[in-house]
Amino acid sequence: MNNQDDIILRTENLTKRYGGVHALEEANFTLKKGEHVAIVGDNGAGKSTFVRQITGVEQPTSGDIFFEGKRVEFSSPLEAREAGIESVFQDLALCNDLDVPSNLFLGREELLFKFGPFSILDEKKMMQKAKAVLERTAIKIPNLSNHVGDMSGGQRQCVAISRSASFASKLIIMDEPTAALGVQETTQVENIIRGLKEQGVPLILISHNLRQVFNLVDKIWVFRRGRIVGEVIAAETDGNEIVSMITGMQGGVHEKASYI
Amino acid sequence: MTSSTGGYKTEKSWKDWLPKDISILTVLLGTALIFEILGWFIAGQSFIFNTQRLTIIILQMSIIGIIAIGVTQIIIMAGIDLSSGSMLAFTGMVAASLAQTSDYTRAVYPALTDMPVLVPIFAGILMGFVLGGVNGGLIAYSGIPPFIATLGMLVAARGLARWYTSGSQVSFFIDDYAILGSGIVPVIIFLTTAMAFHLLLRYTRYGRYTYAIGSNEQAARVAGINIRAHKLLVYTLAGGLYGLAAVVETSRTLTAQSGAGMLYELDAIAAVVIGGTSLMGGKGRITGTIIGVCILGVITSGFTFLGIGSFYTNIVKGIIIVAAVVADQYRNNNNGNR
Repeated sequence: MNNQDDIILRTENLTKRYGGVHALEEANFTLKKGEHVAIVGDNGAGKSTFVRQITGVEQPTSGDIFFEGKRVEFSSPLEAREAGIESVFQDLALCNDLDVPSNLFLGREELLFKFGPFSILDEKKMMQKAKAVLERTAIKIPNLSNHVGDMSGGQRQCVAISRSASFASKLIIMDEPTAALGVQETTQVENIIRGLKEQGVPLILISHNLRQVFNLVDKIWVFRRGRIVGEVIAAETDGNEIVSMITGMQGGVHEKASYI
Repeated sequence: MTSSTGGYKTEKSWKDWLPKDISILTVLLGTALIFEILGWFIAGQSFIFNTQRLTIIILQMSIIGIIAIGVTQIIIMAGIDLSSGSMLAFTGMVAASLAQTSDYTRAVYPALTDMPVLVPIFAGILMGFVLGGVNGGLIAYSGIPPFIATLGMLVAARGLARWYTSGSQVSFFIDDYAILGSGIVPVIIFLTTAMAFHLLLRYTRYGRYTYAIGSNEQAARVAGINIRAHKLLVYTLAGGLYGLAAVVETSRTLTAQSGAGMLYELDAIAAVVIGGTSLMGGKGRITGTIIGVCILGVITSGFTFLGIGSFYTNIVKGIIIVAAVVADQYRNNNNGNR
């Protein structure tokens, strides 16, 4: 088994019921340091429910969550974020009336002069750093001084992801980060994810796009009907096997099925 | 125009260099021009080129202006404050009661006469901080909507003003205190305060958080900003500004009375909205508010100048406020979320 020190996140018999609906049943999940994993499964398989428990959006019915070796109980998303778990949900975390650097550095501004709330902002430094962060990701944003509200969905998503990525968080969770994006923007988001891998930041990716999943992650966790039905190394499997696990049917799908 | 740094636009187009408030400025000049033309036709004299009239406009608007600065930052934070007029009355009573001369035998505090002028000034501002803090505390910590909390304060502070001297007015001030509202001093106080808050909103964390909360409170909270503490601070500072306005007002009129500042809250909100600050929060500037205050001043004074009754002034003011809000919504719909 894994060395305890290597594990950043672990859940033990994590269960969530909504009334009589068993949305998540005894999920035992582990994530190692620096590891990128994907969670796949059909609609209603419990992927989002699982994420909502570990990010503090909801509280589990039973079971335990261990983060960095310690048992945690997050009562709000903010608590999870303070512990170092960043989640990217589209549009949740951006202020439309602020420009890109202001959004990237919101809550942890670079300061010229420190004096409590009346500290003077170092706009130049934030702009330079923002440029550096975004240049690494090759995102095309014509003018960083534009308000985020005036930008396209893809640009906004890239800003939101760069924000989490530059927060130096201990774990990043992305729920369908490219679902609403075009081809070029999707590539940019994938580049950010590869950058995180190089930096050793662990990631949980929820995606319906199996090709993307195989391109990006080390390990795939398959959920079906509220249960974890498999944990496979991405390099040792193929789309057919994953689809069989997702659907619960042997034989997978036809080679040319568009799902893969 | 694109600069060479990795495809990011760093240079600004010529449009960006235009003052952002150019459209409101045009409205101000247009309004003044209309009154100028009407002035020559109806009254046979110039409206603008009359030093005495200009002075009166500016003096009257300085007090609304100081209040409007406080209201601007509250509205940027997607809040509202209806209590500024009442708070001006009460804080004015408090300041005035400490500014009386010993020559007057029936002073509110006979033992506290002839004090240095800084005492009443600070007392007024401090009382403003306290009442503003109550507003902010209620809004931030009990979750009462700003409209309701400050509506309560509108009624309560007016009551406090009456209770303070059992309804009688306070006057007979020391000479130093009387200076604050005379000549060009109110204008200097207004513009200095405006400049300070412009810098505060533009260049400090305080301003950044104010815009962030007004823009997306959820995002600001998740970013780790202490929303409650910030709201408390913004309403408290606004209260201090109302206290300052009260000092200037009582000094200008040489008397403090419990009925002072009636409906000032609406004039201030009107000036802020006319100045381009969005009631939806997240957008607005002090410079816009200064112009908004001037537009309001020109209209009020223009109607008096033309000899048109004050009820017409109020009707027109009402129309302009609604028009400003409509324009704001039109801008929002056209420019996406800007």
